[in-house]
Amino acid sequence: MDPYQLLNLLFQFLDSFAVIVLAAVGLAIIFGMMGIINLAHGEFILVGAYATVLSYHRIGLPLVVAMLVGVAITTVYGVVLERLIVRHLYDRLLDSMVATWGISLIMIQGVRILWGNSLDGVGTPFGSVSYGPYSYSTYRLVLAGIAVGVLIGLYVLFARTDFGMRARATIQDKETARSMGVDTDRMYLSTFAIGSALAGLTGALYAPTRSVGPEFGQEYVVEAFVTVVVGGASVIVGTSMAGGLLALVKSGATNQWGQFIGLAAMLVTAIVAIRLMPDGITGLLEDWRRARRESE
Amino acid sequence: MSMLAVDGLAVSYGNTPVLRGIDVAVEEGEIVGIVGKNGVGKTTLIKAVMGLLEADAGTVRFRGETVTNPDRYRFEGTPIGPLAASVRQSGLAETSAGGVVDKLVGPAPDVPANGRATRGIGYIPQGRDVFPDLSVEENLRMGETINAADDDPLYDVVYDYFPILEERATQDAGTLSGGQQQMLAIGRALVGNPDLLLLDEPSEGIQPSIVQQITADLTRINDELGITILFVEQNLQVIQNLATRCYAIDKGTIVDELGPVDLSSRETLAEYLAV
Repeated sequence: MDPYQLLNLLFQFLDSFAVIVLAAVGLAIIFGMMGIINLAHGEFILVGAYATVLSYHRIGLPLVVAMLVGVAITTVYGVVLERLIVRHLYDRLLDSMVATWGISLIMIQGVRILWGNSLDGVGTPFGSVSYGPYSYSTYRLVLAGIAVGVLIGLYVLFARTDFGMRARATIQDKETARSMGVDTDRMYLSTFAIGSALAGLTGALYAPTRSVGPEFGQEYVVEAFVTVVVGGASVIVGTSMAGGLLALVKSGATNQWGQFIGLAAMLVTAIVAIRLMPDGITGLLEDWRRARRESE
Repeated sequence: MSMLAVDGLAVSYGNTPVLRGIDVAVEEGEIVGIVGKNGVGKTTLIKAVMGLLEADAGTVRFRGETVTNPDRYRFEGTPIGPLAASVRQSGLAETSAGGVVDKLVGPAPDVPANGRATRGIGYIPQGRDVFPDLSVEENLRMGETINAADDDPLYDVVYDYFPILEERATQDAGTLSGGQQQMLAIGRALVGNPDLLLLDEPSEGIQPSIVQQITADLTRINDELGITILFVEQNLQVIQNLATRCYAIDKGTIVDELGPVDLSSRETLAEYLAV
């Protein structure tokens, strides 16, 4: 393999990693920290994409500002849904799945009724970088950097701040957290808002990379759910490690045999991973930690 | 005025009444015990005082402020139809166009548990309930908000009482022994400099020598920091060593109040305990 091919493979890996991490991270926060399986996650991404494209074309905002509007609108959308519906469904896993599935269906059809089957596209910015006989979208490399930045940002937020400490305490024991002065209701709302904002960010960032229609969010749902299941309960460690593993398999297989085999290889890897690690990568790491503690 | 006054408190789980009109008063600086056998409502009482369970009736007042008062909000959302206009005129409540009580005018409804913590009530749950995946230091930081006056956190005091917590500051709390977790739970509730500590069976599942040490530490905390303590307990020795007076509870009602003379008698205490 010549250096250019190797670079090509690296770029494909970074691209897959960015898609997987950005698609999964909002879902991982809402599931990992609140126990809600948000089947409308794809439509949170959809809201981000639509708000970006509409504010870019209809209002004429610069792309970056339109993306920020996309994130803001998805955050507000998430907050409204949490207050109206989701907050009544905490600790009711199946009910929350049915409700969010319903939201997903309503959103897809609602968007189709309001704006038709597709919106005008937004051109991918930044052009491309050339190397030997190959070239690669600079914007997609930027997305990889943003994905890494999001993971670092979330690590800082949840591991290094008082908010993160209180959020982790609330997940571990809601009642005791309340008796320590934590407003757990507000904590859930904040966490849901962060998860929604990240889904909106994904929609906003990927709107310029493909055509935007009512099924836009569904394109990311498979990656998102597979990553959360393989990663396990820990948002940062689980998402980053599962993202790395699945991106490696997907990009390697895609590079050799094409996109279809790449996706199939990723799903097979996920099935094997779930079989070997029922609690995901996080569960496996936790088992190792526990075994090490007991041996000391 | 008592620091804590519980009057006619009634709590039920679904249709099953557990507390049936409890009256308890705790004065500033006291160490008061609630004693009784399993299943008589001790934990329910302490949780209701902390605001972790809703009351059906009665009041809880902390430093004169009513923090539990179910009568005050019982009517919110109640449709009162043709009476709406006269209720609105009377100023008793705000009503919506459909004749439903929106908001009762008057004192705020129940103060939630987090609000009671920030007013200075520290809670040490049964079984400790430290946050297992947070470090010892993070667990202590969680308690900083248990304070009514925004005082500086008492880390030096906590580490003076429980030096092991300083040694294990970076360790995950879930890796501590039962006794160390109890020390952490007390330290966590203490670090914010609370006015009142609520303890739910502090001796449960802890070896006798550690129980003795924790009992002595709690007495010191009361003596040196002036923190008032209300605890529920079944361990006879802990009750005798810690309490200045006790309420005996049975089937959800207070059946006796025990002073120093009663507390010195094992027979009197044993009558109310599962021993």
